[in-house]
Amino acid sequence: MATETIVYDKIKGVHKIPLEEFYTSGHRTCQGCESATTMRAFIKVAGPRTVVTGSTGCMYVANTSYMTTPWIVPWMHTQLGAAGSSAIGMAAGLRALKRKGKIKDEPINAIAFCGDLGGGDMGLSGISGALQTDYDLLIIMYDNESAANTDIQATGLSTYGAQTTFTPPGSKHRIMQRRWKKNVAGMLAVGHPTCKYVATACATFPPMDYMNKVRKALAVGGPTFIHTYDPCPKGWDFHPRYSHEIGEFGIKSGLYPLFEVIEGQVVYSYDCRKTAKGRIPVKEFLVAQGRFAHLIPEDIDYIQKRVDEMWEEWEIPGVAPIKGILK
Amino acid sequence: MIAEEPKIKNVYEREDLLTGCQAVSQAVRLADVDVIAAYPIRPYTEVMDALSKIIADGELDAEYIIADSEHSQFEIVKHASSVNARAFAGSSGTGWCYGFEALVVTATDRLPVLFLVGNRALDDPGAFGVEHNDAMAVRDMGWLLAWVTTPQEALEHVLIGYRVAEDKRVRMPMALAMDGAFLTHSQHMVKIPTREAVRQFLPPYDLGDGRLHPDNPISIAPQVNEDWVMELRRQNWDAARRARGVIKEAYGEFNAVFGERYSTPFFTEFMTDDADTVLIGLGTVCAPGRTACRRLREKGEKVGFVSLRWFRPFPTIELRESLKRFKAVGVVDRDFAHGSPDDGGILMHEVRSALYPLKNRPAITNIITGLGGRDVSIDDCIRMYEIAQKSKTDDKLDNFVTWIGVRE
Repeated sequence: MATETIVYDKIKGVHKIPLEEFYTSGHRTCQGCESATTMRAFIKVAGPRTVVTGSTGCMYVANTSYMTTPWIVPWMHTQLGAAGSSAIGMAAGLRALKRKGKIKDEPINAIAFCGDLGGGDMGLSGISGALQTDYDLLIIMYDNESAANTDIQATGLSTYGAQTTFTPPGSKHRIMQRRWKKNVAGMLAVGHPTCKYVATACATFPPMDYMNKVRKALAVGGPTFIHTYDPCPKGWDFHPRYSHEIGEFGIKSGLYPLFEVIEGQVVYSYDCRKTAKGRIPVKEFLVAQGRFAHLIPEDIDYIQKRVDEMWEEWEIPGVAPIKGILK
Repeated sequence: MIAEEPKIKNVYEREDLLTGCQAVSQAVRLADVDVIAAYPIRPYTEVMDALSKIIADGELDAEYIIADSEHSQFEIVKHASSVNARAFAGSSGTGWCYGFEALVVTATDRLPVLFLVGNRALDDPGAFGVEHNDAMAVRDMGWLLAWVTTPQEALEHVLIGYRVAEDKRVRMPMALAMDGAFLTHSQHMVKIPTREAVRQFLPPYDLGDGRLHPDNPISIAPQVNEDWVMELRRQNWDAARRARGVIKEAYGEFNAVFGERYSTPFFTEFMTDDADTVLIGLGTVCAPGRTACRRLREKGEKVGFVSLRWFRPFPTIELRESLKRFKAVGVVDRDFAHGSPDDGGILMHEVRSALYPLKNRPAITNIITGLGGRDVSIDDCIRMYEIAQKSKTDDKLDNFVTWIGVRE
């Protein structure tokens, strides 16, 4: 099994999760914010010998106010599209200083995070550049499917049909978000053959899965990428108490595939193929959120059809949208 | 002037025929830069060609990153600088503009990266030649900005630039501008300093408690909104004001190590002692400007040339004291400021502003020339002198701004 090729300090149960917090009070994130959980979890398992950059986004604006920073580790803002380049900058700087004897030679994690707008749209080129280097760095793209600090505008990663402030349903056009969710993790894994680790995750489902993926990414060496799926009560229009469940529904319906690509091999974290765990209907995920309230049955059928295609017709289900070679 | 005996015996290791870009690459080697980010665009890019070879040959131990865009290039060096690595990058023309967001935050983050700007016309239409608007774009953003006129000066100003930028009283990024082609790619004999001499002049980069490292867990640039931005702007303002004094100190120290290289830090005067009319300009226009000046002197005209080196901080007091001696000043702009007051160039507005408090200020006239790399000839400069001389008596000059060298 490919997973065994990574030697890392695995968290084997909820009681084994480190107690120390490096992302603490001081942030102003909303009730039920799954992205805040994503932040808290990655730094918990990465530990204090880490430097972090955060791209502009809700996890900057809501998270890191002057004089009330929640970050116990060194943290720096970076520009919206600069997660990849900021990670390179930190990692390259630290490597040069260590090699030249200007600072102590010790392992220091360099982690950059960005949202779906900053990473999946604007910053793709920079992340691609980072994944071609040989620096030890991790980029985490927290995906709440919108520009969540700006007013909930659609991004290239918003689910098809979702209502946002850029994609309101109207009397002429019921659906304004007509783009299918961009497959960022799959694209990055396929496009960067020397990158050893790309994964998708959700902070809370399956339990500890995300934390262990962060540990693996940091242990494997070289540049790595994790895409997390972060339900947003404000943007997706559901009660804050259901954040974890909505994430679980998204994964179990197959809309959001959960996988790792470890040195070129795919490992499903939740296998939605009919031959494996199968899928719950996408309708269960969609009706739980106000952002899809305007959809009619045909829209839901369309989404279901595309999801079925992802899992049953793609050459590598849920990962790469290639349907084999035409003979 | 007579050169003083330098403190170190061997301040130069060798003399070599180098272009402006190659001279800068030697300075980057001598400054022991830790991180370099490259992205190709003419004409600055030759410095990155030269540096990659220097690194390939093991003459400099640095991380050399080929970025995916100028934006990434500038962000890479900004963040490298934040972990206390000395960093170098550069660009030209629209490439410089492509990374503009990163240039803005590098200044507000107060990170002393040094950038080479090989001045190039902004597209569209495409043109490789020199124009100063690219570098000028950062003039109000909290950058140090200087123009050099020879490869020797270019090399020396990388060292002076890092010293001033990294000084904790300043902590501003430095843009070292040089005219595309005319300086980036023209060869001169350059004296290359020894490492020992450079070490004596340029202390190691130390961000102190501002560096990003696990031993110094700070949050840099959190969201501040209206609560704190104004105070932070004020700190930038203070730093830019302090920079003038730090620059003077740096030249003093430079002269002490390398001999009397520079009599004045901010600008260089040529044949100005008894002049009544001078031209002032940035960059290589000084070459035809000085030659024209010499020819006019032979005819008995009392003319001189002032090469302005530092544009930010602007040497307001020093320049005012200097220019008030003359009856007329012709400001040569290799840039444009469309729709500006009097529709003049950027430099003219700055010079006129600096002279405004004088009771008897010289006549100021403006010349726009050499755009897009168009050659500025000696004859062109003679015409500029004539216009400036005319402005002494003709205070109703219809054409306050004269375009020289343009087909009309």
